[in-house]
Amino acid sequence: MVLVYCELTENRRVADVSLELCTKGHSLAQQLGTTLEALVCGDDLTGIEEQLYPYGVDTVLAVADNRLFPYRTLPHFSVAAGLIEERKPEVVLFGATSVGRDLAPRVSSHLRCGLTADCTSLEIGSHEDKQQGKTFDNILYQIRPAFGGNIIATIVSPEHRPQMATVREGVMKKEVVNAAHKGNRIDIDASRYVRLEDDCVKIISREIEQQKINIKNASIIVSGGYGMGSKENFDMLHQLAQVLGGEVGATRAAVDAGFAEGERQIGQTGVTVRPKLYIACGISGAVQHRAGMDQSAKIISINTDPDAPINAIADYTIVGDVCKVVPMLIESYNNNRK
Amino acid sequence: MNADGTVNRAALPAIFNPEDLKALEMALQVKEQLGDTEVVVLTMGPERAATIIRESLSRGADRGIIISDARFAGSDTLATSYALSCAISKIGQVDLVMGGRQAIDGDTAQVGPQVAEKLNLPQITYAERLVAVDGKSITVTRRLDNGVETVQAPLPALVTVTASAADCRYPHAHRLLRFAKTRPEIWNADDVNPDFSRLGKNGSPTKVKKIDNVVLAHKESQRVGDNKEELNALMATLVADHIVG
Repeated sequence: MVLVYCELTENRRVADVSLELCTKGHSLAQQLGTTLEALVCGDDLTGIEEQLYPYGVDTVLAVADNRLFPYRTLPHFSVAAGLIEERKPEVVLFGATSVGRDLAPRVSSHLRCGLTADCTSLEIGSHEDKQQGKTFDNILYQIRPAFGGNIIATIVSPEHRPQMATVREGVMKKEVVNAAHKGNRIDIDASRYVRLEDDCVKIISREIEQQKINIKNASIIVSGGYGMGSKENFDMLHQLAQVLGGEVGATRAAVDAGFAEGERQIGQTGVTVRPKLYIACGISGAVQHRAGMDQSAKIISINTDPDAPINAIADYTIVGDVCKVVPMLIESYNNNRK
Repeated sequence: MNADGTVNRAALPAIFNPEDLKALEMALQVKEQLGDTEVVVLTMGPERAATIIRESLSRGADRGIIISDARFAGSDTLATSYALSCAISKIGQVDLVMGGRQAIDGDTAQVGPQVAEKLNLPQITYAERLVAVDGKSITVTRRLDNGVETVQAPLPALVTVTASAADCRYPHAHRLLRFAKTRPEIWNADDVNPDFSRLGKNGSPTKVKKIDNVVLAHKESQRVGDNKEELNALMATLVADHIVG
Protein backbone atom coordinates (compact mmCIF):
# COMPACT_ATOMS: atom_id res chain seq x y z
CA MET A 1 0.00 0.00 0.00
CA VAL A 2 1.04 3.57 -0.69
CA LEU A 3 0.22 6.11 2.02
CA VAL A 4 0.01 9.88 1.63
CA TYR A 5 0.12 12.07 4.73
CA CYS A 6 -2.36 14.86 3.92
CA GLU A 7 -2.19 18.41 5.25
CA LEU A 8 -5.12 20.69 5.91
CA THR A 9 -5.35 24.36 5.03
CA GLU A 10 -6.68 26.94 7.50
CA ASN A 11 -10.20 26.43 6.16
CA ARG A 12 -9.94 22.65 6.60
CA ARG A 13 -9.52 21.72 2.98
CA VAL A 14 -6.95 19.15 1.86
CA ALA A 15 -3.88 21.14 0.81
CA ASP A 16 -2.98 21.18 -2.88
CA VAL A 17 0.41 19.60 -2.24
CA SER A 18 -1.37 16.60 -0.66
CA LEU A 19 -3.71 16.22 -3.63
CA GLU A 20 -0.67 16.34 -5.92
CA LEU A 21 0.89 13.56 -3.86
CA CYS A 22 -2.32 11.53 -4.00
CA THR A 23 -2.28 11.83 -7.80
CA LYS A 24 1.31 10.60 -7.84
CA GLY A 25 0.62 8.04 -5.11
CA HIS A 26 -2.20 6.60 -7.21
CA SER A 27 0.05 6.02 -10.19
CA LEU A 28 2.76 4.48 -7.96
CA ALA A 29 0.15 2.23 -6.33
CA GLN A 30 -1.04 1.08 -9.74
CA GLN A 31 2.50 0.20 -10.79
CA LEU A 32 2.97 -1.70 -7.54
CA GLY A 33 -0.41 -3.41 -7.89
CA THR A 34 -1.56 -2.07 -4.55
CA THR A 35 -3.92 0.47 -3.00
CA LEU A 36 -3.62 4.13 -2.04
CA GLU A 37 -4.44 5.33 1.46
CA ALA A 38 -4.56 8.92 2.70
CA LEU A 39 -4.05 9.89 6.33
CA VAL A 40 -5.75 13.11 7.41
CA CYS A 41 -5.45 14.52 10.93
CA GLY A 42 -7.46 17.54 12.05
CA ASP A 43 -10.21 18.88 14.25
CA ASP A 44 -13.15 18.83 11.83
CA LEU A 45 -12.95 16.27 9.03
CA THR A 46 -16.57 16.30 7.96
CA GLY A 47 -16.79 15.10 4.36
CA ILE A 48 -13.02 15.24 3.89
CA GLU A 49 -13.04 11.88 2.07
CA GLU A 50 -15.06 13.39 -0.78
CA GLN A 51 -12.14 15.70 -1.55
CA LEU A 52 -9.75 12.75 -1.74
CA TYR A 53 -11.59 10.00 -3.63
CA PRO A 54 -11.39 11.71 -7.06
CA TYR A 55 -7.59 11.61 -6.82
CA GLY A 56 -7.63 7.82 -6.62
CA VAL A 57 -7.58 7.37 -2.84
CA ASP A 58 -9.00 3.97 -1.85
CA THR A 59 -8.99 4.41 1.92
CA VAL A 60 -9.14 7.62 3.92
CA LEU A 61 -7.80 7.28 7.44
CA ALA A 62 -9.56 10.13 9.23
CA VAL A 63 -8.26 11.08 12.68
CA ALA A 64 -10.42 13.88 14.06
CA ASP A 65 -9.40 15.37 17.39
CA ASN A 66 -9.03 18.92 18.68
CA ARG A 67 -5.42 18.21 19.61
CA LEU A 68 -4.62 17.72 15.91
CA PHE A 69 -5.35 21.25 14.66
CA PRO A 70 -3.43 23.46 14.28
CA TYR A 71 -0.54 21.15 13.45
CA ARG A 72 1.86 20.35 16.25
CA THR A 73 4.70 17.87 15.82
CA LEU A 74 4.17 15.43 18.65
CA PRO A 75 0.45 14.57 18.33
CA HIS A 76 0.79 14.19 14.55
CA PHE A 77 3.99 12.19 14.99
CA SER A 78 2.35 9.73 17.38
CA VAL A 79 -0.63 9.18 15.07
CA ALA A 80 1.44 8.89 11.86
CA ALA A 81 4.14 6.66 13.34
CA GLY A 82 1.57 4.43 15.05
CA LEU A 83 -0.57 3.98 11.95
CA ILE A 84 2.43 3.33 9.70
CA GLU A 85 3.64 0.65 12.10
CA GLU A 86 0.23 -1.02 12.02
CA ARG A 87 -0.59 -0.70 8.34
CA LYS A 88 2.93 -1.28 6.98
CA PRO A 89 2.81 0.76 3.76
CA GLU A 90 5.51 0.18 1.13
CA VAL A 91 5.75 3.90 0.35
CA VAL A 92 4.86 7.01 2.38
CA LEU A 93 4.78 10.48 0.83
CA PHE A 94 4.77 13.85 2.63
CA GLY A 95 4.66 17.40 1.29
CA ALA A 96 8.02 19.17 1.59
CA THR A 97 6.28 21.96 3.49
CA SER A 98 6.92 23.43 6.92
CA VAL A 99 4.68 20.63 8.23
CA GLY A 100 6.02 17.71 6.19
CA ARG A 101 9.66 18.67 6.68
CA ASP A 102 9.06 18.84 10.42
CA LEU A 103 7.12 15.58 10.69
CA ALA A 104 8.64 13.17 8.15
CA PRO A 105 12.19 13.07 9.60
CA ARG A 106 10.88 12.43 13.10
CA VAL A 107 8.76 9.55 11.76
CA SER A 108 11.69 8.14 9.75
CA SER A 109 13.90 8.25 12.83
CA HIS A 110 11.34 6.34 14.85
CA LEU A 111 10.81 3.72 12.13
CA ARG A 112 14.52 3.68 11.22
CA CYS A 113 13.68 3.90 7.56
CA GLY A 114 15.08 6.00 4.73
CA LEU A 115 13.72 9.41 3.84
CA THR A 116 14.63 11.50 0.82
CA ALA A 117 13.86 15.21 0.95
CA ASP A 118 12.54 17.39 -1.85
CA CYS A 119 12.20 14.75 -4.54
CA THR A 120 11.48 16.13 -7.99
CA SER A 121 10.55 12.78 -9.47
CA LEU A 122 9.40 9.39 -8.12
CA GLU A 123 9.53 6.20 -10.14
CA ILE A 124 9.29 2.47 -9.62
CA GLY A 125 12.07 0.17 -10.77
CA SER A 126 14.42 -2.57 -9.72
CA HIS A 127 17.67 -2.20 -7.85
CA GLU A 128 20.62 -4.53 -8.10
CA ASP A 129 22.96 -4.73 -5.12
CA LYS A 130 26.17 -6.01 -6.66
CA GLN A 131 27.92 -6.60 -3.35
CA GLN A 132 25.14 -8.83 -2.07
CA GLY A 133 24.37 -10.26 -5.51
CA LYS A 134 20.69 -9.49 -4.94
CA THR A 135 18.09 -7.75 -7.04
CA PHE A 136 15.23 -5.88 -5.39
CA ASP A 137 12.09 -5.38 -7.45
CA ASN A 138 9.43 -2.69 -7.13
CA ILE A 139 11.72 -0.19 -5.48
CA LEU A 140 10.87 3.49 -5.18
CA TYR A 141 13.39 5.64 -7.06
CA GLN A 142 13.60 8.90 -5.15
CA ILE A 143 15.07 11.40 -7.56
CA ARG A 144 16.30 14.81 -6.48
CA PRO A 145 18.83 17.42 -7.46
CA ALA A 146 21.93 17.64 -5.30
CA PHE A 147 24.80 20.07 -4.86
CA GLY A 148 23.13 23.23 -6.04
CA GLY A 149 21.38 21.45 -8.85
CA ASN A 150 24.43 20.38 -10.87
CA ILE A 151 23.70 16.73 -10.24
CA ILE A 152 20.54 14.65 -10.19
CA ALA A 153 20.74 11.79 -7.71
CA THR A 154 18.56 8.69 -7.65
CA ILE A 155 18.20 7.46 -4.08
CA VAL A 156 16.83 4.06 -3.03
CA SER A 157 16.27 2.37 0.29
CA PRO A 158 15.95 -1.23 -0.86
CA GLU A 159 16.09 -2.99 2.49
CA HIS A 160 13.91 -0.79 4.66
CA ARG A 161 10.19 -0.16 4.74
CA PRO A 162 8.47 2.09 4.32
CA GLN A 163 10.31 4.03 1.63
CA MET A 164 9.60 7.66 2.45
CA ALA A 165 9.96 10.85 0.47
CA THR A 166 8.96 14.49 0.66
CA VAL A 167 7.99 16.50 -2.42
CA ARG A 168 7.56 20.25 -2.75
CA GLU A 169 4.33 21.86 -3.76
CA GLY A 170 3.81 22.20 -7.49
CA VAL A 171 6.34 19.53 -8.44
CA MET A 172 3.78 16.77 -9.04
CA LYS A 173 0.67 17.34 -11.07
CA LYS A 174 -2.70 17.48 -9.34
CA GLU A 175 -5.10 15.57 -11.52
CA VAL A 176 -8.49 14.00 -10.92
CA VAL A 177 -8.05 10.31 -11.64
CA ASN A 178 -11.73 9.48 -11.68
CA ALA A 179 -14.40 11.91 -10.50
CA ALA A 180 -16.76 9.01 -9.73
CA HIS A 181 -14.22 6.93 -7.79
CA LYS A 182 -15.39 6.00 -4.29
CA GLY A 183 -13.25 4.57 -1.56
CA ASN A 184 -13.92 3.94 2.09
CA ARG A 185 -13.37 6.10 5.13
CA ILE A 186 -12.03 4.66 8.38
CA ASP A 187 -12.45 6.87 11.44
CA ILE A 188 -9.66 6.45 13.93
CA ASP A 189 -9.63 7.47 17.57
CA ALA A 190 -6.62 9.73 18.13
CA SER A 191 -6.40 8.66 21.77
CA ARG A 192 -5.16 5.26 20.68
CA TYR A 193 -1.93 7.01 19.64
CA VAL A 194 -1.62 10.46 21.17
CA ARG A 195 0.08 10.38 24.56
CA LEU A 196 -0.48 12.86 27.36
CA GLU A 197 3.04 14.24 27.02
CA ASP A 198 2.45 14.97 23.32
CA ASP A 199 0.56 18.05 24.51
CA CYS A 200 3.70 19.61 26.03
CA VAL A 201 4.41 22.12 23.26
CA LYS A 202 1.92 25.01 23.42
CA ILE A 203 1.04 27.30 20.56
CA ILE A 204 0.83 30.76 22.12
CA SER A 205 -0.13 32.65 18.99
CA ARG A 206 -0.41 32.13 15.26
CA GLU A 207 -0.44 34.69 12.52
CA ILE A 208 -1.27 32.93 9.31
CA GLU A 209 -0.92 35.38 6.50
CA GLN A 210 -2.93 35.47 3.39
CA GLN A 211 0.44 35.91 1.84
CA LYS A 212 0.99 39.16 0.05
CA ILE A 213 3.81 37.83 -2.01
CA ASN A 214 3.90 34.08 -2.29
CA ILE A 215 6.11 33.20 -5.19
CA LYS A 216 7.61 30.15 -3.47
CA ASN A 217 4.32 28.30 -3.49
CA ALA A 218 2.77 29.84 -6.58
CA SER A 219 1.88 27.26 -9.20
CA ILE A 220 2.09 29.84 -11.96
CA ILE A 221 4.77 32.52 -12.08
CA VAL A 222 5.02 35.40 -14.52
CA SER A 223 8.55 36.65 -14.18
CA GLY A 224 10.25 39.69 -15.59
CA GLY A 225 13.84 40.63 -16.27
CA TYR A 226 15.76 43.78 -17.00
CA GLY A 227 14.41 43.51 -20.55
CA MET A 228 11.01 44.68 -19.28
CA GLY A 229 12.52 48.15 -19.38
CA SER A 230 10.49 49.91 -16.70
CA LYS A 231 8.37 49.53 -13.59
CA GLU A 232 5.35 50.56 -15.66
CA ASN A 233 5.89 47.71 -18.10
CA PHE A 234 6.12 45.38 -15.10
CA ASP A 235 2.49 46.26 -14.29
CA MET A 236 1.54 44.28 -17.35
CA LEU A 237 3.07 41.18 -15.77
CA HIS A 238 0.93 41.75 -12.67
CA GLN A 239 -2.14 41.82 -14.90
CA LEU A 240 -1.18 38.55 -16.62
CA ALA A 241 -0.38 36.92 -13.26
CA GLN A 242 -3.71 38.05 -11.88
CA VAL A 243 -5.82 36.56 -14.67
CA LEU A 244 -3.85 33.29 -14.57
CA GLY A 245 -4.05 33.07 -10.77
CA GLY A 246 -0.29 33.30 -10.42
CA GLU A 247 2.38 35.49 -8.88
CA VAL A 248 4.96 37.86 -10.28
CA GLY A 249 8.64 37.03 -10.01
CA ALA A 250 11.71 38.95 -11.07
CA THR A 251 15.38 38.55 -11.83
CA ARG A 252 18.03 40.14 -9.72
CA ALA A 253 18.67 42.72 -12.44
CA ALA A 254 14.99 43.70 -12.45
CA VAL A 255 14.96 43.99 -8.64
CA ASP A 256 18.18 46.02 -8.64
CA ALA A 257 16.67 48.33 -11.28
CA GLY A 258 13.70 48.93 -8.98
CA PHE A 259 11.13 47.23 -11.23
CA ALA A 260 10.03 44.78 -8.48
CA GLU A 261 10.28 44.14 -4.74
CA GLY A 262 13.17 42.07 -3.36
CA GLU A 263 10.79 39.35 -2.16
CA ARG A 264 10.03 38.57 -5.77
CA GLN A 265 13.62 37.75 -6.71
CA ILE A 266 14.05 34.28 -8.16
CA GLY A 267 17.42 32.62 -8.51
CA GLN A 268 20.48 31.54 -6.66
CA THR A 269 20.38 34.51 -4.28
CA GLY A 270 16.60 34.73 -4.26
CA VAL A 271 13.88 32.15 -4.03
CA THR A 272 13.98 28.79 -5.78
CA VAL A 273 10.66 28.03 -7.41
CA ARG A 274 9.23 24.99 -9.10
CA PRO A 275 5.90 26.15 -10.45
CA LYS A 276 3.75 24.30 -12.95
CA LEU A 277 4.18 27.19 -15.34
CA TYR A 278 6.93 29.80 -15.53
CA ILE A 279 6.56 32.61 -18.03
CA ALA A 280 9.90 34.37 -18.45
CA CYS A 281 9.39 37.85 -19.87
CA GLY A 282 12.39 39.81 -21.06
CA ILE A 283 14.73 37.44 -19.21
CA SER A 284 17.98 36.46 -20.90
CA GLY A 285 18.53 33.53 -18.54
CA ALA A 286 21.76 33.91 -16.61
CA VAL A 287 22.77 30.67 -14.91
CA GLN A 288 22.09 32.21 -11.49
CA HIS A 289 18.50 32.89 -12.49
CA ARG A 290 18.03 29.50 -14.14
CA ALA A 291 19.22 27.80 -10.96
CA GLY A 292 16.14 29.17 -9.23
CA MET A 293 13.57 28.19 -11.83
CA ASP A 294 14.85 25.46 -14.14
CA GLN A 295 12.79 22.85 -12.34
CA SER A 296 9.59 24.55 -13.40
CA ALA A 297 7.29 22.01 -15.03
CA LYS A 298 6.64 24.18 -18.08
CA ILE A 299 8.59 27.22 -19.18
CA ILE A 300 7.51 29.84 -21.70
CA SER A 301 10.07 32.40 -22.77
CA ILE A 302 9.14 35.73 -24.33
CA ASN A 303 12.17 37.56 -25.64
CA THR A 304 13.19 39.65 -28.60
CA ASP A 305 16.48 37.74 -28.76
CA PRO A 306 16.03 34.33 -30.44
CA ASP A 307 19.36 33.20 -28.97
CA ALA A 308 18.66 34.12 -25.34
CA PRO A 309 20.04 31.30 -23.10
CA ILE A 310 16.63 31.00 -21.41
CA ASN A 311 15.25 29.59 -24.67
CA ALA A 312 17.42 26.50 -24.26
CA ILE A 313 15.37 25.41 -21.25
CA ALA A 314 12.00 26.74 -22.44
CA ASP A 315 9.24 24.45 -23.63
CA TYR A 316 7.81 27.29 -25.69
CA THR A 317 9.76 30.20 -27.08
CA ILE A 318 7.97 33.31 -28.25
CA VAL A 319 10.32 35.64 -30.08
CA GLY A 320 8.76 39.05 -29.88
CA ASP A 321 8.15 42.21 -27.93
CA VAL A 322 6.81 41.43 -24.43
CA CYS A 323 4.73 44.58 -24.40
CA LYS A 324 2.88 43.30 -27.43
CA VAL A 325 2.78 39.58 -26.54
CA VAL A 326 1.58 39.84 -22.93
CA PRO A 327 -1.70 41.64 -23.71
CA MET A 328 -2.37 39.06 -26.42
CA LEU A 329 -1.76 36.25 -23.92
CA ILE A 330 -4.29 37.81 -21.53
CA GLU A 331 -6.81 38.00 -24.32
CA SER A 332 -6.25 34.42 -25.47
CA TYR A 333 -6.52 33.17 -21.90
CA ASN A 334 -9.91 34.86 -21.57
CA ASN A 335 -10.98 33.20 -24.83
CA ASN A 336 -9.90 29.73 -23.71
CA ARG A 337 -10.70 29.62 -19.97
CA LYS A 338 -13.29 27.16 -18.84
CA MET B 1 32.46 12.82 -4.78
CA ASN B 2 33.27 9.16 -4.12
CA ALA B 3 32.56 6.36 -6.56
CA ASP B 4 29.52 5.21 -4.57
CA GLY B 5 27.84 8.59 -4.88
CA THR B 6 28.59 9.71 -1.33
CA VAL B 7 30.40 12.96 -0.70
CA ASN B 8 34.13 12.96 -0.27
CA ARG B 9 34.15 15.45 2.58
CA ALA B 10 37.92 15.32 2.88
CA ALA B 11 38.06 17.14 -0.45
CA LEU B 12 35.74 19.92 0.67
CA PRO B 13 36.66 22.96 2.72
CA ALA B 14 35.21 23.01 6.24
CA ILE B 15 32.88 25.99 6.36
CA PHE B 16 30.51 27.17 9.03
CA ASN B 17 27.03 26.30 7.82
CA PRO B 18 25.15 29.65 7.77
CA GLU B 19 22.09 28.47 9.69
CA ASP B 20 24.29 26.78 12.30
CA LEU B 21 25.90 30.17 12.92
CA LYS B 22 22.44 31.59 13.54
CA ALA B 23 21.76 28.72 15.94
CA LEU B 24 24.97 29.59 17.78
CA GLU B 25 23.73 33.18 18.12
CA MET B 26 20.43 32.00 19.58
CA ALA B 27 22.29 29.70 21.97
CA LEU B 28 24.42 32.63 23.12
CA GLN B 29 21.23 34.66 23.69
CA VAL B 30 19.85 31.79 25.77
CA LYS B 31 23.02 31.82 27.83
CA GLU B 32 22.69 35.58 28.37
CA GLN B 33 19.18 35.12 29.71
CA LEU B 34 19.88 32.08 31.84
CA GLY B 35 23.25 33.16 33.20
CA ASP B 36 24.90 30.15 34.71
CA THR B 37 25.01 27.85 31.71
CA GLU B 38 27.50 26.52 29.22
CA VAL B 39 27.29 26.61 25.41
CA VAL B 40 28.87 23.49 23.90
CA VAL B 41 29.45 23.27 20.15
CA LEU B 42 29.32 19.77 18.68
CA THR B 43 30.04 18.80 15.10
CA MET B 44 30.56 15.59 13.21
CA GLY B 45 33.20 15.70 10.53
CA PRO B 46 36.87 15.55 9.74
CA GLU B 47 39.38 16.92 12.23
CA ARG B 48 39.73 19.99 10.03
CA ALA B 49 36.40 21.06 11.52
CA ALA B 50 38.56 22.37 14.37
CA THR B 51 38.49 25.73 12.57
CA ILE B 52 34.73 25.84 13.11
CA ILE B 53 35.10 25.00 16.77
CA ARG B 54 37.70 27.77 17.19
CA GLU B 55 35.44 30.22 15.41
CA SER B 56 32.57 29.27 17.75
CA LEU B 57 34.77 29.76 20.79
CA SER B 58 35.86 33.19 19.56
CA ARG B 59 32.22 34.15 19.09
CA GLY B 60 31.35 33.15 22.66
CA ALA B 61 30.90 29.36 22.95
CA ASP B 62 32.42 27.69 26.01
CA ARG B 63 33.45 24.30 24.74
CA GLY B 64 33.82 22.46 21.44
CA ILE B 65 33.70 18.79 20.52
CA ILE B 66 34.23 17.05 17.18
CA ILE B 67 33.09 13.51 16.62
CA SER B 68 35.29 12.09 13.92
CA ASP B 69 35.81 8.53 12.82
CA ALA B 70 36.11 6.63 9.53
CA ARG B 71 33.27 4.47 10.85
CA PHE B 72 30.92 7.46 10.42
CA ALA B 73 31.73 7.66 6.70
CA GLY B 74 28.86 7.28 4.26
CA SER B 75 26.25 8.27 6.85
CA ASP B 76 22.88 9.41 5.60
CA THR B 77 20.75 11.65 7.81
CA LEU B 78 19.54 8.71 9.92
CA ALA B 79 23.05 7.49 10.76
CA THR B 80 24.25 11.08 11.26
CA SER B 81 21.47 11.85 13.71
CA TYR B 82 22.19 8.60 15.54
CA ALA B 83 25.89 9.42 15.96
CA LEU B 84 25.08 12.97 17.09
CA SER B 85 22.46 11.76 19.56
CA CYS B 86 24.99 9.33 21.07
CA ALA B 87 27.44 12.21 21.50
CA ILE B 88 24.78 14.45 23.07
CA SER B 89 23.92 11.68 25.53
CA LYS B 90 27.58 11.45 26.45
CA ILE B 91 27.82 15.20 27.05
CA GLY B 92 25.29 14.60 29.81
CA GLN B 93 22.64 16.93 31.12
CA VAL B 94 21.69 19.02 28.09
CA ASP B 95 18.79 21.46 28.46
CA LEU B 96 18.63 22.62 24.88
CA VAL B 97 19.92 21.13 21.65
CA MET B 98 20.12 23.80 18.95
CA GLY B 99 21.16 23.61 15.34
CA GLY B 100 20.58 25.15 11.95
CA ARG B 101 17.43 24.13 10.14
CA GLN B 102 19.42 22.62 7.30
CA ALA B 103 22.89 22.41 5.80
CA ILE B 104 23.71 24.20 2.57
CA ASP B 105 25.07 21.03 0.95
CA GLY B 106 22.18 18.63 1.48
CA ASP B 107 19.28 20.97 2.33
CA THR B 108 17.36 18.05 3.83
CA ALA B 109 16.48 19.63 7.22
CA GLN B 110 16.19 16.09 8.60
CA VAL B 111 18.91 15.77 11.19
CA GLY B 112 17.31 18.12 13.75
CA PRO B 113 13.95 16.31 14.04
CA GLN B 114 15.72 12.94 13.90
CA VAL B 115 18.01 13.83 16.81
CA ALA B 116 14.95 15.06 18.74
CA GLU B 117 13.19 11.73 18.22
CA LYS B 118 16.23 9.71 19.25
CA LEU B 119 16.63 11.71 22.44
CA ASN B 120 12.85 11.75 22.99
CA LEU B 121 12.81 15.57 23.09
CA PRO B 122 10.06 17.88 21.87
CA GLN B 123 11.21 19.76 18.77
CA ILE B 124 10.72 23.32 17.57
CA THR B 125 11.77 23.71 13.94
CA TYR B 126 12.39 26.93 11.93
CA ALA B 127 12.89 29.13 15.01
CA GLU B 128 13.37 32.76 14.07
CA ARG B 129 13.46 34.72 17.33
CA LEU B 130 14.02 33.84 20.95
CA VAL B 131 11.12 35.32 22.94
CA ALA B 132 11.88 34.01 26.40
CA VAL B 133 13.72 31.26 28.19
CA ASP B 134 13.93 30.22 31.81
CA GLY B 135 15.03 27.09 33.57
CA LYS B 136 11.80 25.31 32.68
CA SER B 137 10.77 26.33 29.17
CA ILE B 138 11.70 28.14 25.98
CA THR B 139 9.43 30.37 23.86
CA VAL B 140 10.34 31.20 20.28
CA THR B 141 8.69 32.39 17.10
CA ARG B 142 8.72 29.98 14.18
CA ARG B 143 8.74 30.96 10.52
CA LEU B 144 6.25 28.81 8.60
CA ASP B 145 5.48 28.65 4.88
CA ASN B 146 2.43 30.82 5.42
CA GLY B 147 3.03 32.78 8.59
CA VAL B 148 4.53 33.00 12.03
CA GLU B 149 3.76 30.99 15.14
CA THR B 150 4.88 31.56 18.72
CA VAL B 151 5.35 28.33 20.63
CA GLN B 152 6.53 27.30 24.06
CA ALA B 153 8.22 24.00 24.81
CA PRO B 154 9.32 22.58 28.15
CA LEU B 155 13.03 21.91 28.62
CA PRO B 156 14.86 19.85 27.62
CA ALA B 157 13.99 20.48 23.98
CA LEU B 158 15.53 20.67 20.53
CA VAL B 159 15.34 23.84 18.42
CA THR B 160 16.35 24.30 14.78
CA VAL B 161 17.01 27.85 13.64
CA THR B 162 16.05 29.21 10.24
CA ALA B 163 17.82 31.52 7.80
CA SER B 164 15.77 34.60 8.72
CA ALA B 165 16.98 34.52 12.36
CA ALA B 166 19.45 37.09 13.68
CA ASP B 167 23.01 36.96 12.40
CA CYS B 168 25.67 35.72 14.76
CA ARG B 169 27.61 38.26 16.76
CA TYR B 170 31.20 38.95 15.69
CA PRO B 171 34.14 37.22 17.32
CA HIS B 172 35.72 39.06 20.26
CA ALA B 173 39.24 40.18 19.44
CA HIS B 174 40.69 38.86 22.67
CA ARG B 175 38.88 35.54 22.28
CA LEU B 176 40.18 35.20 18.73
CA LEU B 177 43.70 35.39 20.08
CA ARG B 178 42.97 33.24 23.09
CA PHE B 179 41.49 30.34 21.07
CA ALA B 180 43.61 30.67 17.91
CA LYS B 181 45.56 27.51 18.70
CA THR B 182 42.94 25.66 20.75
CA ARG B 183 42.63 21.99 19.93
CA PRO B 184 39.02 20.88 20.39
CA GLU B 185 38.11 17.62 22.04
CA ILE B 186 37.89 14.90 19.43
CA TRP B 187 35.78 11.86 20.15
CA ASN B 188 35.83 8.73 18.03
CA ALA B 189 33.02 6.22 17.61
CA ASP B 190 34.08 4.17 20.66
CA ASP B 191 33.90 7.30 22.82
CA VAL B 192 30.17 7.80 22.18
CA ASN B 193 29.24 4.21 23.02
CA PRO B 194 27.07 3.45 19.99
CA ASP B 195 25.42 0.39 18.53
CA PHE B 196 27.99 0.09 15.72
CA SER B 197 25.48 -1.42 13.29
CA ARG B 198 23.68 1.94 13.25
CA LEU B 199 26.73 3.97 12.17
CA GLY B 200 28.00 5.02 8.75
CA LYS B 201 27.02 3.19 5.61
CA ASN B 202 25.64 0.15 7.43
CA GLY B 203 23.34 2.35 9.48
CA SER B 204 22.09 4.24 6.46
CA PRO B 205 18.92 2.92 4.80
CA THR B 206 19.28 5.23 1.80
CA LYS B 207 21.74 4.41 -0.96
CA VAL B 208 22.71 6.52 -3.94
CA LYS B 209 21.69 4.36 -6.88
CA LYS B 210 23.08 6.68 -9.52
CA ILE B 211 23.98 10.24 -10.27
CA ASP B 212 23.47 12.12 -13.49
CA ASN B 213 24.91 15.43 -14.54
CA VAL B 214 22.32 18.03 -15.34
CA VAL B 215 22.26 18.84 -18.99
CA LEU B 216 20.90 22.35 -19.18
CA ALA B 217 19.74 22.38 -22.77
CA HIS B 218 17.45 19.44 -22.07
CA LYS B 219 14.35 20.62 -23.84
CA GLU B 220 13.24 20.73 -27.40
CA SER B 221 11.85 24.21 -27.43
CA GLN B 222 8.77 24.86 -29.50
CA ARG B 223 8.67 28.15 -31.39
CA VAL B 224 5.46 30.12 -31.05
CA GLY B 225 4.89 33.15 -33.28
CA ASP B 226 3.99 36.47 -31.72
CA ASN B 227 0.58 36.56 -33.39
CA LYS B 228 -2.93 36.04 -32.06
CA GLU B 229 -3.52 32.68 -33.74
CA GLU B 230 -0.42 30.95 -32.41
CA LEU B 231 -0.69 32.48 -28.95
CA ASN B 232 -4.31 31.39 -28.83
CA ALA B 233 -3.34 27.83 -29.76
CA LEU B 234 -0.65 27.84 -27.06
CA MET B 235 -3.11 28.99 -24.41
CA ALA B 236 -5.65 26.35 -25.52
CA THR B 237 -2.98 23.66 -24.99
CA LEU B 238 -2.12 25.00 -21.54
CA VAL B 239 -5.79 24.99 -20.52
CA ALA B 240 -6.31 21.47 -21.91
CA ASP B 241 -3.26 20.21 -19.99
CA HIS B 242 -4.52 21.75 -16.72
CA ILE B 243 -1.44 23.93 -16.52
CA VAL B 244 -3.63 26.99 -16.35
CA GLY B 245 -7.28 26.69 -15.51
